[in-house]
Amino acid sequence: MNTNNNQPQKVFLSGNEAIAHGAAQAGCTVASAYPGTPSTEILENIAKFKETINCEWAVNEKVAMETAIGASIGGARSLCAMKHVGLNVAMDPLMTFCYVGATGGFVFISADDPGMHSSQNEQDNRNLAKFARIPVLEPSDSQEAYDMTQAAFEISEQFHVPVMIRMTTRTSHSSSLVDLGDFKPKTRDLIPYVKNIQKTIPVPAFARGQRFAAQERTAAMEKASAASSLNRVESGDKRLGFVTSAVAYQYVKEIFPEFSILKLGWSNPLPKDLIADFAKGVEKLVVVEELDPFLEDQIKAMGLTVVKHETELNMMELNADRLQNLRNELLGDVPKAKKAAPDTTLPTRPPTLCAGCGHRAVFYVLHKLGAIVNGDIGCYTLGAFAPLNAMDTTICMGASINVSAGMKKAGVKGRMCSVLGDSTFFHSGLTGALSAFYNGTPVTTVVLDNRITAMTGQQDNPGTGRTLKGDPAPVTEIADVAKAMGYKTVVKVSCDDLPGLEKTLAEAMDSNEPALVLAYAPCRIAAKLTKEGLCEVDPAACKACGACFKLGCPAMTRGAEVRPGFFQMKIDASLCSGCKQCQQLCKFGAIKRIK
Amino acid sequence: MKTFNVSLVGVGGQGIILTADMLAKAAALAGYQVKKSEIHGMSQRGGSVTSQVRFGDNVASPIIQEGTSDVLVAFDRLEAVRTAHELAEGGKAVVANVDLVPVTVSSGLQPPVADLAGRLAAALPTATVVDAMTIAREQVGNERTMNMVLAGALSKVLPLPEECWLEAMKLMLTGAKAKLLPANEKAFALGRAAV
Repeated sequence: MNTNNNQPQKVFLSGNEAIAHGAAQAGCTVASAYPGTPSTEILENIAKFKETINCEWAVNEKVAMETAIGASIGGARSLCAMKHVGLNVAMDPLMTFCYVGATGGFVFISADDPGMHSSQNEQDNRNLAKFARIPVLEPSDSQEAYDMTQAAFEISEQFHVPVMIRMTTRTSHSSSLVDLGDFKPKTRDLIPYVKNIQKTIPVPAFARGQRFAAQERTAAMEKASAASSLNRVESGDKRLGFVTSAVAYQYVKEIFPEFSILKLGWSNPLPKDLIADFAKGVEKLVVVEELDPFLEDQIKAMGLTVVKHETELNMMELNADRLQNLRNELLGDVPKAKKAAPDTTLPTRPPTLCAGCGHRAVFYVLHKLGAIVNGDIGCYTLGAFAPLNAMDTTICMGASINVSAGMKKAGVKGRMCSVLGDSTFFHSGLTGALSAFYNGTPVTTVVLDNRITAMTGQQDNPGTGRTLKGDPAPVTEIADVAKAMGYKTVVKVSCDDLPGLEKTLAEAMDSNEPALVLAYAPCRIAAKLTKEGLCEVDPAACKACGACFKLGCPAMTRGAEVRPGFFQMKIDASLCSGCKQCQQLCKFGAIKRIK
Repeated sequence: MKTFNVSLVGVGGQGIILTADMLAKAAALAGYQVKKSEIHGMSQRGGSVTSQVRFGDNVASPIIQEGTSDVLVAFDRLEAVRTAHELAEGGKAVVANVDLVPVTVSSGLQPPVADLAGRLAAALPTATVVDAMTIAREQVGNERTMNMVLAGALSKVLPLPEECWLEAMKLMLTGAKAKLLPANEKAFALGRAAV
């Protein structure tokens, strides 16, 4: 089979799969995470090693990190993973655990999303590692993700420090060949737990000492980083010397293959001596990194001169094309022939709610009721767009409830509600719901209860009855939670009942009480309901009034044009899930369930 | 060997990422270094999806530079036109004769493309158009094998031995999925014959 016989047998893994393998190989025995693109597959793949890694979906990233912290203090190697904004949620424990320090190796993955492929903002979380004075490792491909995960556990135990592995969408979701070596998931004996409150209770008297210790630790880690094989010089043409890290290294190799490179795998604390030595051996220093000038600013602060350029590199996702522009600027190479421009006149395919999604009915009704809708993070953010046009704000996980509370307190009038999913409610909605109730703020909270964490690809949560490991779990009913908080108005309504939804939502918003509405419909994908039933349109009955098209369901297509600009509706049988939302909007009885 | 760039484009749910996985595994079996990239997340069902595979003796960047794809595989004609600029001069395009109407068009928010066949011919004049859906539906008897028909067609324009493709397919269809192997092998063979 091997026609080109110079490669050893390797496995083809995504960066996220490689991290899971690295954790298993390193003897990690506890792992926790909340799903978030592009980090989700790390724990999904760790679950494949559930024989040796006790793994779970936490309800949010703070819980995940604190669970991993407990495991580390207890003497185990532990891991947690999150997308970049997830680290914002987990910063509270991190900023103190970096004082307390790890016992068993503690590694967390921050998966940043340069270019915001599926995020609400762009963050370079290396800044947060520097803020916490902890090491950052930056893999550039899947092999390094595998190797550096193991190295991270070693560094964590050597310096008793939490270690960040900074992934990005590209390193998490690209796949490449990995030599796993002698791969065998393993467990390790716990480092015996010894009570030591000077270490694990940072009251001011103890924390002050730890603050000084963190400073000494940073100096020691800087020496170790400078000596580490994770940082390496690749000698080449000395006219330009590139300092680079993460996937940016791969783009430098692609576009500037002939020049010298200092490739930083362990980038915080910055190995200053190594950089100063490298700078001496090259004529000009160029820094190429993805997102913020994290390395560059520190290198300039060392007093070194870094090549200035017009090519913008510090925003949005980096790629080889942008480095080609840099090369043209620095070296005056002949620019590539101007390529054909993309055809932008074509109809687009923006993300849409799936056919039969229960969220659609809620947004249709909210639009009809003219409500101000404070939204949240999930599939349902798509309710903001045409033809539903039913969302006013989205900030972060759980903000929906509190933004409504603030608007109400400010005196904003009119119908208003907060909309968030079941998983988001568990993640960060509980506290807001409680706070609104306690303060008597008449917020209507609408939980779009589809019994899954849908946006990230259908992960389990406390409402699904199943764990990450696939074991049965007790089910938490959000209605019971709201009642336990003291809510008097807790109403459950099916998303597939449009008149019921309209009545329930109008009453809740018009009341002057805190209310919680559970708009229930299982995720069509998770529940595999996409072929549950089918509807069709009777062309003899359809008057082409267009009422059903206001739902914007992908299963509805334009049929015959009966008058200029007025089209009958035709159902795409391959997409229709038989939800009957459109049927309820048809005044002429033209839409029929056929099976 | 120089690095070979293959872009696979289409609409979420068409089996694009699986096809890219199979190509990447076939290239690895043939002994090449290989990298594959894709965008997850908001590209749900019905959204434009792109997956890229690069293979050769030495592959650095996991993504393909604009306008340097040696082969463009489109699972939908509209997506073929949308991504035609990714193809290098002299590159080859393999396009499924499939039209998935965007929701923006079916709901009347955006106008349809008036002459898609003409636009495709103008954008990719040398494209090989494969009746992949018709073959999958009528000759294999399973619409979901459309991606393997295209994989078969793709295998004719890439320098990878056929047995590597078939071995890659076997590696992907294991356990409960093994029963799908005969239909997928048939689809692959029909795709090869269609080019």
